[in-house]
Amino acid sequence: MTTENKSPKILVFSTDKISDPGIDQAGLRKIHYAPSVYVISLPCSSGVKPKWILHALEQGFDGVFIAADGHECSYSSRCADHTNTIVEVSQALMKEKNINPRRIRMAALCSVCAEPFANHMENYGKILASLED
Amino acid sequence: MKQRIGVYICHCGGNISDYVDVEELGKMFHQEENVIISKDVMFACADSNQKDIVADIQANNLDAIVVCSCSPKLHLHTFKNVAARAGLNPSNYVQVNIREQCSWPHSDRPREATVKAAGLIRAGINRVSYSESLENIELSVKKSALVIGAGVSGMKAAIDLARSDNEVFLIEKDFFVGGRIAQKETLFPTNQNGKEVVAALYNEMKKFPNITIFTGATVEKVSGSLGNFSVDIKVKPRYINPNADKKAVKRAMEECPVSVHDDFNLELVERKAIYKNYPEALPDVPVVVAEALKDATDFTGKFASTLNLNEEAQTLSLIAGSVLVTTGYDHYQPKEGEYGYKTISNVVTLPELNRLMEMNSEKLVYKGKQIKSLAFIYCVGSRQTKGDNKYCSRQCCTSTIHTSLQLKEKYKDIQTYHLYRDIRTYGKQELMYAESSKQGDLYFKYEEKEMPVVSVDGKSTIVKVKDYLTAKKEMEIEADLVVLVTGMVAREDATTISELFKIPIGRDKFFNEIHPKLKPVETVIKGVYIGGTCQGPKNISESVQSSLAGASKITALLKSGTVMVDPITARVDADKCTWCGKCSDVCDYTAIKEVLFGEKHVAGVNKAVCTGCGICAPVCPVNAIEIAQYTDNEIESMIDGFMQDVIITEKEAVVEEKDEEGKVGMKEYPLVWREILAGMTDEKNTIPEIVANTKLAGELVTFHLMTMNRYGVVVPAGMDAKETYYYYKRK
Repeated sequence: MTTENKSPKILVFSTDKISDPGIDQAGLRKIHYAPSVYVISLPCSSGVKPKWILHALEQGFDGVFIAADGHECSYSSRCADHTNTIVEVSQALMKEKNINPRRIRMAALCSVCAEPFANHMENYGKILASLED
Repeated sequence: MKQRIGVYICHCGGNISDYVDVEELGKMFHQEENVIISKDVMFACADSNQKDIVADIQANNLDAIVVCSCSPKLHLHTFKNVAARAGLNPSNYVQVNIREQCSWPHSDRPREATVKAAGLIRAGINRVSYSESLENIELSVKKSALVIGAGVSGMKAAIDLARSDNEVFLIEKDFFVGGRIAQKETLFPTNQNGKEVVAALYNEMKKFPNITIFTGATVEKVSGSLGNFSVDIKVKPRYINPNADKKAVKRAMEECPVSVHDDFNLELVERKAIYKNYPEALPDVPVVVAEALKDATDFTGKFASTLNLNEEAQTLSLIAGSVLVTTGYDHYQPKEGEYGYKTISNVVTLPELNRLMEMNSEKLVYKGKQIKSLAFIYCVGSRQTKGDNKYCSRQCCTSTIHTSLQLKEKYKDIQTYHLYRDIRTYGKQELMYAESSKQGDLYFKYEEKEMPVVSVDGKSTIVKVKDYLTAKKEMEIEADLVVLVTGMVAREDATTISELFKIPIGRDKFFNEIHPKLKPVETVIKGVYIGGTCQGPKNISESVQSSLAGASKITALLKSGTVMVDPITARVDADKCTWCGKCSDVCDYTAIKEVLFGEKHVAGVNKAVCTGCGICAPVCPVNAIEIAQYTDNEIESMIDGFMQDVIITEKEAVVEEKDEEGKVGMKEYPLVWREILAGMTDEKNTIPEIVANTKLAGELVTFHLMTMNRYGVVVPAGMDAKETYYYYKRK
């Protein structure tokens, strides 16, 4: 068996105190989403470096999803703005490399957002599958 | 780069191995470069396995380990401790979550789950290859605590901290201690007078020479960090000569010719310009509103030796090892016209009613009229779908019903009507709700989409409500007094405290803890804790519980004189840094400042203050900042690990047994259960018999039989002749 898999590969940047418990809860409740979704957990969604996003896309990920802390962030009340800036900067870099800006997406996820996470993955997977760049 | 890595892949009973081919992965990673040991284990967290990992690390001189099991939230610290026990730096440990983020959500696609698990494990191995041995940062701490806010929460915490031999500075913005509970005549459930509770706590505090109380004091400036906060406070003058004769002070209060608003009584009445909040208020020294007396020269001249109108505010500097914020809450203030507030003369708030009740001992009188009927409208300023206050204030239902009981006890012939959305008298408080119903209080349920309407009809005030308890019938209630049950809101000055101490504020404007369950009184600022209602609506018991939790945390923190803090902080590559200041601009904690590196201006990180959030890293235009354990090498190598091709030998599909009645297919049971069932005869079986048939470990069989019994898969069938073993039978 090889890694051949039809679902788009999505890299999720989650955060250990906010969205990661929500993603864990999706597993606990056996809410299914595509196995081609991989998660890297960070302290805060405003700490994602655009170069990591570029690296993931260049390595073959079809899309990158930032599970943003938004207003729930315990570090900064400006977290949503900071994360938004990261997405904008990343999209500018992606444009330079002819990567479709829709390959980066951000949405707020909380610590009990199990179903919303699975829904996001399903919807984003469909969008990515439809992209032809 | 780490070159002697140990990898442990957990079956978790069958929670992982039922869907992920753990044995195959164990073999596969054994061939990986730099992996010395790769094992599949039944329960990675079991004591016996922890001991095996320790032995492996020591015997094979491993320089890093990866445990692939459940969420790090459950066992990160378990395995960090395993590493530490084996003499390995805990930073050289990585946990890979192949249960919550692999076997469980992908139980519908086991083959793909195995491929994903391989990617996750490889990413973990890559990450640990770049791990560095980090040492916790040791800080010396001053054995003193600053408690901000002398309400019931702050006073209780101050006593506890003092009892544990900490020096305590308790500062209160008002000139008198006690906060909101002094405004309550009776407290549920003990019916104690709030002022008596305040006096008891104050007198208890005075027994401790290590508590210093500052009233009329505010925090002006904060610097330093955990262990050594330097706090400037401003103490406002009372304008009373400290050497003045007590009788003269009393006379001055009585003879004062000027009146001012009475904040303590919520401006329902006025008070003298020399006042105490109430006669027994503590500290027992009145306060002068100097501005109000500037024209009363005859009076001030008469009491020139008693008053000191030229007294100035003092600024004092305190050093505290840790800080507990217990600044409390504000009452929600209805807008003008909200349910007729301020536009209809007999509409008041619940806190205002509580003050009126204390001021009226025989009859309840408001604006010259005796009150015989009251209509309470609940949830005013709380649970707003469209407004800012989405939350429930949780204590107001209880407070209202308690007030209703007090009204009938104190004034006898009085009728109350309760217009509520939902009654939330949780826990023991429900008994009070039952008592209120028994005594004849009338309850009407309304919905937010059809709010009650307060109007005036001639001399009467009418409250109209669609009662959902009687098929939405519109009721008209004539009430002598309409009482708006207002909830709690964050204090107006919460943002000032937040800015001074850098405590994050939530969307509800209350202070944010790190985690409501796991770190309920900690903030992301090391050494700063929150307690009581500054964190969100709470009743008095809950407020005290949280502030005492904060006090215990502080005592534990300050006890040894030094504290170890997490080494996950930002670090700057001084060669790359060109000091543009962007990292400093986004840091809410002022952890990054411009420093000199040789002759070069670069960013410097105060590791005691840095929270390791990483917000500074992406904004650096020259990529000079990294967060320990989240370096470019670690994150990018994880991404590479996810993408690497995986080749796994496919096994023959397991032939599944079918249940005869077709109710439960065997495939729905975990693998271990299927093995146990296959190892049982049709008759009753002891555990040793099942062990002999299955070759599974005895503890594992025992453990699973208990669960299988709970789910009705097997049933106990008595004990054997020697009464040594239970029999189990397939159901």
